[in-house]
Amino acid sequence: MATSVKNPAPQDEASRNLKAIREMVAACMQCGTCTASCPNYPSMDLAPRRLWRLAVMGLTEDIFASRTFLLCSNCYACTLRCPRGLPLTEAMAALKRMAAARETKWGGRKTQFYRTFLDNVRRWGRVQETDMMMRYFLDMKDPLLPLRYTPLGFRLLRKGKIGPPHSAQSGRLAGLFEKVKEMEARP
Amino acid sequence: MKYAYYPGCSLSETAKEFDVSTRKALARLGVELAEIPDWTCCGASAAEAVSELLSLALPGRNLALAGRELPGLDVLAPCSACYLNLLRVEKKTERDPDARRRIDEALSVQNLALPGTMRVRHLLDALVNDVGLPAIAEKVVSPLEGLKAAPYYGCQILRPYAEFDDPERPRTMALVLEALGAEPLDWRLSATCCGASLMASKKEAALPLVGNILRAARDAGADVVATVCPLCQMNLEAYQSEADPKGPVPLTVAYLPQLMGLAFGMDPEEVMFGKNMAVAPGFLAGAPALA
Ligand code: SF4
Ligand code: SF4
Repeated sequence: MATSVKNPAPQDEASRNLKAIREMVAACMQCGTCTASCPNYPSMDLAPRRLWRLAVMGLTEDIFASRTFLLCSNCYACTLRCPRGLPLTEAMAALKRMAAARETKWGGRKTQFYRTFLDNVRRWGRVQETDMMMRYFLDMKDPLLPLRYTPLGFRLLRKGKIGPPHSAQSGRLAGLFEKVKEMEARP
Repeated sequence: MKYAYYPGCSLSETAKEFDVSTRKALARLGVELAEIPDWTCCGASAAEAVSELLSLALPGRNLALAGRELPGLDVLAPCSACYLNLLRVEKKTERDPDARRRIDEALSVQNLALPGTMRVRHLLDALVNDVGLPAIAEKVVSPLEGLKAAPYYGCQILRPYAEFDDPERPRTMALVLEALGAEPLDWRLSATCCGASLMASKKEAALPLVGNILRAARDAGADVVATVCPLCQMNLEAYQSEADPKGPVPLTVAYLPQLMGLAFGMDPEEVMFGKNMAVAPGFLAGAPALA
């Protein structure tokens, strides 16, 4: 976890967040338009419609046992089409944040990509994609994962699309990250 | 016509050709771009998955810089994720004074504050509504005649904020392609998701989405898929053999401003076609007007 973004996430934030999510989807009428609109539904273990049902019922552990919200690619199709006009993509993001906070505290790698990415932003000011992916592979501790991206890496290199990190904005955002952390730790 | 320009991280590294072609195509149209000095990452789609305040403060910093250094200019962001993140700050602070107060408090550590009014614009919006289609057509010296182009809008430029086009059936890019002399295709998947950053975190989920899009474009008879997002472009061009193993030759995928450059008579290298990862053999030589 050495490179993860330290998220303060005090204990009560989780319940506060789930309450906020429940409110976001409270008016859900279980019509299933969100599921039917979701491009990633085939890869999900729980249909979005059912996820919102669990949220309304407050079944936190069932929600976090599922990886449905981690498969949301922020396409906003469900948000656009939900007949109740619910902010579903935002609710998915809120679940990702809760999961990230839980993992920062108790370990786990389901949200590692987001945390590694943001840590790269904190350090370099502008994303350094090569460095970011390298660290992601390290953070995931899965020796086979890099192989799935190796051919692409070579092609990107050949096209001169990637290289060693360099950014004049390095460190520029450290203060802002610290300040946000302090603000979010407030009760 | 002048904009405060926010290239964003992708356009400075893996999508350099989007940056260069955007600058060149717009320069040809008499549009001036002033890069926001010292800009930093907007947080992409990762920030909101970790911290809500950070997901507003990161783009907010760039809007604050634009307001201070380039006052009064609309902010132009070619990348879809950057555009949405910047626009979200504009929209949220319009309705929610508390959001503005919190962003400003975070930015105060850098002696920055959000400007009173912000206006974030997309490349397509600027092209169609500010520059105008007749002005684009006027600059065309080698029309892309006979080129069947599938406009691919992706997701975040019209959802959740449909600022300048229909979020289910967008048409602005088709209009620009038409002005270039190409034949824009009406196809099913022009605004469906390519998987975005899932390609990095959940590749097995993203590959089928890319496969569907490539097949639909082929079935519609496309010579080229035109994009306006570095993530869409990368997903559609770099994973073709994995996502669509039966697909014959590469299906050309190019940024819209690259196609504009060709129609404006620029050499393919001028708009960095050498960087594209899927260009069908003969695309640059063979397309009638491109020879
Ligand atoms: S589309 Fe909206 S109302 Fe229908 S099931 Fe989904 S969240 Fe509920
Ligand atoms: S925003 Fe997320 S949950 Fe909604 S349709 Fe898109 S991928 Fe599915």
